[in-house]
Amino acid sequence: MAKRTVEVELSTTGLDAHGRPQRVPILTDDGGGGLALQAPPALEPELEGEHMLINIGPQHPATHGVLRLVLELDGETVVRCIPHIGYLHCGFEKIGEYRQYNQIIPWTDREDYLNSIGNNVAFALGAERLFGIEITERCKVLRVIASELSRIMSHLVWLGTFCIDIGAFTPFLWAFQRREEIYRLLEKWVGARLTTSATRVGGMAADIPSGWMDGLRQFVRTFPHTLEEIDRVLTKNAIWVGRTVGLGVMTPEEAINWGLSGPMLRASGVDYDVRKDFPYLDYETYDFEVPVGTNGDVYDRYLVRFEELRQSTRILAQAADRLPDGPVNIDDPRIILPPKSKATSEMESMIHHFKVVMEGPRPPIGESYFAVESPKGEKGYYMVSDGTAKPVRWRIRPPSFVNLAAIPKMVEGHLLSDVIAINASIDIVMGEIDR
Amino acid sequence: MNRFEVLRTGRAASNEQVATLKAVSHRDAPPNPSAAALSEKFGSAIQRREVIWGETIVYVDPASVYEIIRWLHDDPSQQYDFLSDVTAVEYRDAEVPIEVVWHLRSLPYRRFLRIKVQLPKGQPLEVASVYDIYRAADWLERECYDMFGIRFRGHPDLRRILMWEQYKEGFPLRKDFPLRGRFSRSEQLRQSLAQNPEARYSMEELSIADAYAELPEDMRKRLSQGERTGE
Repeated sequence: MAKRTVEVELSTTGLDAHGRPQRVPILTDDGGGGLALQAPPALEPELEGEHMLINIGPQHPATHGVLRLVLELDGETVVRCIPHIGYLHCGFEKIGEYRQYNQIIPWTDREDYLNSIGNNVAFALGAERLFGIEITERCKVLRVIASELSRIMSHLVWLGTFCIDIGAFTPFLWAFQRREEIYRLLEKWVGARLTTSATRVGGMAADIPSGWMDGLRQFVRTFPHTLEEIDRVLTKNAIWVGRTVGLGVMTPEEAINWGLSGPMLRASGVDYDVRKDFPYLDYETYDFEVPVGTNGDVYDRYLVRFEELRQSTRILAQAADRLPDGPVNIDDPRIILPPKSKATSEMESMIHHFKVVMEGPRPPIGESYFAVESPKGEKGYYMVSDGTAKPVRWRIRPPSFVNLAAIPKMVEGHLLSDVIAINASIDIVMGEIDR
Repeated sequence: MNRFEVLRTGRAASNEQVATLKAVSHRDAPPNPSAAALSEKFGSAIQRREVIWGETIVYVDPASVYEIIRWLHDDPSQQYDFLSDVTAVEYRDAEVPIEVVWHLRSLPYRRFLRIKVQLPKGQPLEVASVYDIYRAADWLERECYDMFGIRFRGHPDLRRILMWEQYKEGFPLRKDFPLRGRFSRSEQLRQSLAQNPEARYSMEELSIADAYAELPEDMRKRLSQGERTGE
């Protein structure tokens, strides 16, 4: 029997008259050994009042962790969504009140674990505001490199898992392959892949090893090719567009009022980026652009994050070129440890080491809220000091917690299968939401 | 505009006036102009203001915090349209009152303001909710209630969010709450084994509760005693 091929025209914009994803014709057996196109089935007649309750999660791969959504469905349409969180609550903020500032840094790895080195940087910057420390120029550039690498890492995980949720498998492999390269770079720098604990109050745990910059430059050179490939298979793909356009729309006013931040807010058309509006680490001297969407739907969030990957690569290239020589840590013996070789060979250095480690650096009485642009949005660390070595209060302002709070607003009225796409577009990390 | 290309870029060109803060002084930085405007508008409801590390803190009277934040949000000269955070601070010194903290941002003016309210101990910890000004306050206030036991008057759904609803040990971030929890390990284990998992699935909170009422009497009885429906 001769093989027949059927070409399906997929040149639609993906939306029907109601703004819902268009139904694609189904290929069926025509009875005579060939294939025929059949019109999509008509929508089901109204089933008045018959609501069904379903539960997604907490153990479900598409909820990106231990999120539980209770959905009330009318047919396939979500009428109500009640999120339940807290399954991963570990009391980070409580534990922080019993730790010195440098001892909190390992805990910041573990909250938003896709962005661990970015959290280290954010916490160190917040603590330095509280201590009144000005860090060195080299340290600033290294921290920019760390933040942008971790933004790329986090966005790549988001991109890969988002693709899998919607049904595309290949971009996931491409994304995770490149993420692995960043992990290798981080491992060379700080010795750990995921739980980096890379910063210290007043500096970094380690300077970059020799030859590290070549690895970074190679990554910056080759990464745009991967982005082009992913762009080619996703951005104009009819299925991709059909599954994402018009879903979970937030208008700019709503997005601001619901406290969304990061790519979620920018996809709605609000050009708020902490790096531009409340700059830190001299971000105002880097040449980069803030992508802003127009419709505030899932597709625009994809476009915004995708463009942020390109912009972060640009920042990395500039940072690699401007990295100055000089010390990484500030010159303050009350805060910075002596070199380990001295601490094990000289009495004075050993006492110095002992005092700093056991007593811990003490900030003056005061408080600070330091916000950075994390991959998920505005991440803030609010610390209150009473002059002792341990904070009175350490508060994390978790961006994905506030973003997730808007999920009932975004999914209600959409189809059940769209809940997965909308949830993936928020880019949640339960470690950060539950803390 | 081609639908597939993002994107107008943000205000990259217009950022000349903002720069990374350098050498911020501990107490002497200039205050946020909104603090003076608040004092002028609300008079004695503004208790005092402080500038620490360049961030302006305004202590306000607990009774009028709602009007103050409403004014900051609505007034065209202020436009604090973005609520960053709602949280609370309890100090180690038991005499010092608990503080509730709002972090507000004005996106048009690029300003940041911290509003604080002091709630003396020994009285019910209660303050007005800003839920109808900012929807962002929904979960943030729930978390603050969950962790500190501060009741936000006017919040439509103030219940625990990170801890489970039957949690009986108190409010974890209060200073009188021990790091390991109030109950012994054996008591915690006993409580968790005795929990009724069905209760967390709270069918009554959904409108499907109508269907629940139509169930046969014996089935409702068995469900209320904790039997799973077997789905």
